[in-house]
This record gives sequence, C-alpha cells and structure tokens, in this order.
Amino acid sequence: MQRLALAVYARKEPELRDVVPALGGLALHFHPQFTGDLVQFALSVVQRALEDGLPPPAEVGREVEVPVCYAAKFAPDLAEVARRLKLEPEEVVRRHAAGEYRVLMIGFAPGHAYMGGLHPSLALSRRATPRPEVPAGSVAIANEQTVVYPYAISGGWNVIGRTPLVIFDAAREEPSLFGPGDRVRFRAITEEEFLK
Amino acid sequence: MTMRVLRPGLLMTVQDLGRHGHQHVGLCPGGAMDPIAASLANALVGNEPGEAALELTVLGPDLELERDTLVALCGAEFEANLPLNRPVLLKAGTRLGIGRAARGARAYLAVAGGIAVEPVLGSRSTYLPGGFGGLGGRTLRRGDILPLVQDSRDLSRERFGRLKRKSGNTVRWSAPPQTVPEHEPVVLHVLDGQHFPSFDVASQRAFSDSVWKIGPESNRMGFRFEGPKLARAEDDEILSGPTCLGTVQVPSNGTPIALMADHQTTGGYPKIAEIASADVARLAQLGPGGTVHFARCTLDTAVELRRHILERLETALRGIAWEYGN
Repeated sequence: MQRLALAVYARKEPELRDVVPALGGLALHFHPQFTGDLVQFALSVVQRALEDGLPPPAEVGREVEVPVCYAAKFAPDLAEVARRLKLEPEEVVRRHAAGEYRVLMIGFAPGHAYMGGLHPSLALSRRATPRPEVPAGSVAIANEQTVVYPYAISGGWNVIGRTPLVIFDAAREEPSLFGPGDRVRFRAITEEEFLK
Repeated sequence: MTMRVLRPGLLMTVQDLGRHGHQHVGLCPGGAMDPIAASLANALVGNEPGEAALELTVLGPDLELERDTLVALCGAEFEANLPLNRPVLLKAGTRLGIGRAARGARAYLAVAGGIAVEPVLGSRSTYLPGGFGGLGGRTLRRGDILPLVQDSRDLSRERFGRLKRKSGNTVRWSAPPQTVPEHEPVVLHVLDGQHFPSFDVASQRAFSDSVWKIGPESNRMGFRFEGPKLARAEDDEILSGPTCLGTVQVPSNGTPIALMADHQTTGGYPKIAEIASADVARLAQLGPGGTVHFARCTLDTAVELRRHILERLETALRGIAWEYGN
C-alpha cells in the first residue's frame, strides 16, 4: 500500500489534492473542480503507477532515528508492562530499542504514526482504562505496534518512554517527523540527554 | 487596521478554504465548514473566495471596527444590526452586533482584503485540535484584536465606490447563501460506505428509513446522530482505512458520526456511508437538534449534484463580480 501510494504521489497528478495510504486502503482525494469520471481516473492512475513499477520497499520512506528516554518518570506503564510480560523492565527496553519499525499509517492526530515491527514478545493489549492525558512525545506500545504521541492527548497505549523530539510542528518546513513508510529506530538516551 | 472582539459569541474562528496536501501525515484540510457561504461572503466584499473570514456558529459576536471597512455576513440567518448577504460599508468605530442564528448554524463575516493573520502551511484556517492557524490556533475571545490588511480602509472605499446599484452604505441586491436549509429533515445524499454490506439488514434499513437528530456533542471534527442503534451482522475486526469529509462511521456504541472539516484522516470504525460532497455544506448549516434523512444514491448522482452546486456557486460569483464592474 505504501509503495503504491508513493508511486501515485510521485506522478503529481494535478487532479489529486491528497494521496493517503492506510492499512485497509488507499485514498485519492480529488480537487473539487474535477469534472471527469472519478472511477475511471482513479483506476488509470493506479494502473499507470503499477506499469511504471512500484518503488522497491527499501526506497519507501526515510530513515528516522528517535532518541527515547525510558527512565521511570517518563515511562508510567513500563513496570506493569514488564510484569505482564514476565520480563525485566531493562529487557523490555532493550527489545523495544533493538527493533526496526515501519510507519504503517498516520492518523488519529497530525503526525501520529502507527509503526509495525514490534518484537512479538512485547505484544500485549492496551490498558483497560485509557489515561486522560498522555504527554506529547510519549512512546507507547500495544498489540504488535508502537506509537509516539504528537500531542498531549488521552490514550490507552502502554507508555514506556518519551522522546524530546517535536513530532509535529506546523511551523517546520516538514511539519511531521514521520511520513508514510518511514523506517524508524529508537535510541535509548539518559535523562540528562533528554533534558538537553 | 484592526477589528476588535467586544463579545466573542460561540466558537468563532478564523477560516479560509483549508490547507491541502498534508493528509498523508495525518493533517486534515480543515477550513470553513460551509465553504460555499464562505466563498460568497468573500466575493461580496470583492475578495477571492479563499480569503480568511470569521466563522460564526449559532451565536454571533459584538465587534468594533477601527476604520471604515467593507464587510459582508453570509450564511445562516443571524439577527444582526447589518443587512445580510450583501456588502456593507461600515464607518470607523461602528459596533457590529450579531445575535442568534434564526435559521442555519454558521455564517461567515468577510472583510475587504481578508483577515490578515499569518498563514500556516499555506492556510489561515484555525485548526483547533493542533492549536495552530488563525489567531493563536484557538477560538476568539473578548478583547482579541484581529489584523486586517494595511490598506483595508482605502480598499474598502475603493471597492464600495465601484459597486453599481447602491443604497446608502449598502446595495439594493443580495446574494442568497445557497446552503441554508428551507425545511427539515434535510435530505443528505449518501453513497454506500465500504462496510455497508456488513451491517445487519435491520440496521441497513434503519439508516435510510430514520430521521436522525444531531447530538449536542457535535463539533468541527464530527457530527453525532441520535436515532436507532446500528449494528453489524458480524463484528469482525476492521483494518484502519482512510476517511474523508462526509464519511459516516459507526463506532461499537451504534451511533453514527459524520466526519466534518477537522476530521481524522484515517479511522478504524466501520464506514456505513459517504455523504455526497454536494450535501456536506448543507449539513454544516445544522446545529445540535437539527434533523436529517439519508437518501442512498449512486456515484453518478453524487457527481451530478456536485456539478450542479458548483455551477450555481460560479453563477453567483460571476454575478457579484459584475456588480463590482469586473
């Protein structure tokens, strides 16, 4: 889906205002002035993208490294996660930071990336009761995915760390730290590094 | 040149026609809930349709103008101390008093030259969930000072001078808002959503047989509909998919939600319908308590409806441009 989205996006069709990949489909958002046959146009765009060839998976997305502090003060759910998984907290951190992740989809809020690639041994359900507010930058896990909260919002994912990076900043040239298909690595940092 | 907020009314924000091209990173286009009324309001003061204007919701504000300013209020029928749907040249110091909307829910107050807040990602629209755009990314408050363009007084006088059929500080004609419903329930044309077939037969029928009432917890992100609970035949897991302005989702509590201007760009709830884009602006003219009826239609009909409303808008915009001698 990401490869197809990228191939369609690369064609820069003026009729399309947005090309949005998601787990369960690809959205082509048309300019409202478009007067042609919507279905025909969509099919031919996809067909031409397929004929041109999809970019190889390794060329989809960028490499993004995210420094994360896994200290207890930033990781309210780490102890409970470790207990539920019957692992030491240090081992949970080690396995999370060792993973290579892919942005599967962005949604819920601007820059809110759902990333696949979590080690299966870390897969567990969401919290029974969502937290009323999860601080911006919180790194959390649930099922076989990990997310980074771009804003302070309510959420039910298990928070195991926090990044000092700003995930979405409308004033930046590239407002979102994550794009569809990006390859993401987490790097453990100390509290001192976090505060810098 | 400025306009001061003496009393803010309800949920008043700066909006233009939105920021496009960022949905792949989760940012919806946003912008005016009723882009047709917003375009007309702008045209009435001689602006391009996409200039930034004030979006008023249900209860209007009191505003004070620093200098002579050409304004137009178009959309819902608000009680106001200025005539609606036409250009009005207001003198410096005028207090603009806007009360309740008697019919419709949203109107746009446009000023010559537009509201001159800084654009963010190519748009001046306020995006409340992200806290950016407009004035400080928030709804307007008492005491706020809205910047107008530097030469707004001269621009206002020059434009008003060009208008043909004048009467005092306004004109002898008006441009009807086109989207404010004459009666309820408002008929909304819908395409079957991706997951329509997965709803049980009773729910499929209830969706188009019922009169739905807009719930109180509706906002710029989405409208909730009160009515019969809808259920799926099988509650199998759904992969999160892309969403669109006008998508009607049904979370597990069975209450449908229509996604509006500040919607999420993807979602994991089953989609029972997609409201024809021609009808979304009419839905935006309903407040809590307003009623709708969903009428299933084909894609061809939806396309035809959209062509029709765009033509009607174009005709009105050309007519207004002619009054300005363009």
